[in-house]
Amino acid sequence: MRYVLQRLAQGLLVLLGVTTIVFALTFVAGDPVATLAPLEATPDERAAFARNMGLDRPIPVQYVDFLTHAARGDFGMSYSSHEPAMGEVLERLPATILLTTAAVLFALVVSVPLGLLAAMNHDSWIDVVARLFAFLGQSIPVFLLGVVLIIVFGVDLHWLPSSGTGSWQHLVMPAVAVGSFSAAVLARLLRSSLLEVLSQEYIRTAYAKGLRGRVVVVRHALRNAALPFITMLGLQVGFLLSGAVVAETIFAYPGVGRLAVQAISRKDVPVIQSFVMVAALIVIVANLFVDLVYTRIDPRIRLG
Amino acid sequence: MKRRWTSRARAVPGYVGLVVLLLLIAAAVFADLLAPNAGTQLLLERLDPPTWASGAHGYLFGSDNLGRDISLRMIQGARVSLTVGFVGVMMSGGIGITLGLIAGYLGHGWDRVIMRVADVQQAIPVLVLAVAVAAILRPSIVNLIAVLALTTWFTFARVVRAEVLGIREMLYVESARVVGANARRIIVRHILPNAAASIIVIATLQVGNLILFEASLSFLGVGVPVTTPTWGRMVFDGLDYVSTAWWIALFPGIAVTITVFATNLVGDWLRDRLDPRQREP
Repeated sequence: MRYVLQRLAQGLLVLLGVTTIVFALTFVAGDPVATLAPLEATPDERAAFARNMGLDRPIPVQYVDFLTHAARGDFGMSYSSHEPAMGEVLERLPATILLTTAAVLFALVVSVPLGLLAAMNHDSWIDVVARLFAFLGQSIPVFLLGVVLIIVFGVDLHWLPSSGTGSWQHLVMPAVAVGSFSAAVLARLLRSSLLEVLSQEYIRTAYAKGLRGRVVVVRHALRNAALPFITMLGLQVGFLLSGAVVAETIFAYPGVGRLAVQAISRKDVPVIQSFVMVAALIVIVANLFVDLVYTRIDPRIRLG
Repeated sequence: MKRRWTSRARAVPGYVGLVVLLLLIAAAVFADLLAPNAGTQLLLERLDPPTWASGAHGYLFGSDNLGRDISLRMIQGARVSLTVGFVGVMMSGGIGITLGLIAGYLGHGWDRVIMRVADVQQAIPVLVLAVAVAAILRPSIVNLIAVLALTTWFTFARVVRAEVLGIREMLYVESARVVGANARRIIVRHILPNAAASIIVIATLQVGNLILFEASLSFLGVGVPVTTPTWGRMVFDGLDYVSTAWWIALFPGIAVTITVFATNLVGDWLRDRLDPRQREP
């Protein structure tokens, strides 16, 4: 329990740091008024804008003000829709969560069998092919995979819709494009951690007891290889969100990533800030979740 | 005998990656000689398929919607990608290695502050933060490199810190301290050389990652001015034509993949050679 509370406190500290970075975003370009004011504003309008937004106050005052508003989820109004920016992001969030969840499922369905097969047939041609696939998956950018999928399954074969949302078919290509990188990383990790576990003494003992190969791998090796695998899965959340930004643009999928990319062309800073906030929050929560799972699986952490 | 053969066989992909990478670097360096007319628009020859796919005008990878030669623009794109990849890693590494050394060697408060900042940055997906910053800054290659360096330094910092923590306790460092070597001498003469192997491996793999980030940012239209030929932007421009002129988006995307693949092969090979503890079985 103390461990969990410690992690929770750490997560909150990180969240405070993220909020600070998000606040600092408006100062990256030097003058926040130039960043935040509408592009077509006259000098007089700019001065009025600065006064209205409180940008003429000292920075520490602005920071405290930003934090108090942020704590209530208030990141200002979107410039284009004049609705609360955070509300706009949260409205699109379920679509992105659906996409990344589908991508995680794809990554798991591919990486677990691939890693297992490669480890159980170490140094055979199966292993070589699996490693090649994993390497390729780590090198293909999301946008190329998206383009290839559209050309093959959308344009040529007409099996799947190339853009939009509405049915599970719309989800297939974006999820594969987003999940492939993680599938490759996870397969490589599972393979090498399985190989490491399989060379341990207690595995030899299990074989010596007369247990069959499959039982040894599933009951003993897989369980021990699960810990690094779950850690890596947690670390993938950031990559999945990054991938979703690109995939949502290719497949015209109405999630937060597409919203953010549209916000960029309009320099809609409150929406961009809300987006960074939400993405970081998801990563933090995912890592907390991984820590919790850890304590359940590994008694050394729970008791130590 | 067998062992020697396997170690040679393991090196082959690394050599292949190295040759591909050197060719790409050559293409980038001599881009203006190889592709001086990359910007030429021949509107009568627009959307021409590659020669080997029944193209009429002799373009190796076809022409785009403005009648520009895609293969020539790809050579120009190599310049942007490799510059951002290599210079970006130098800057990211410079920041990360310095902070990693400080955190690992000085420890205490320094360590806590630097590692907490790394935690915070790690919580924000690199592409998300880079998109946000690049969107606010004026698009330019210099800004893009700075953004990528400031969003990826923690990878170096973590590795270097871990190395320093191990090396610092070694007997030879202790002896150096006893005979009166100061911190600077210990870091330069003892710690850096021993951490070099992991740094080189990480740096190589990070070149590939940064090229991926650059391509993704260019694809999204942030970072590099949209008129500069970049592989990522070329793929984006080709998206509108993907159902009829698939070659516009496909080949620049393949160029990114080959480049990153080659860097990963080299990185993996270097890890085998330099850092055998981390080697994949």
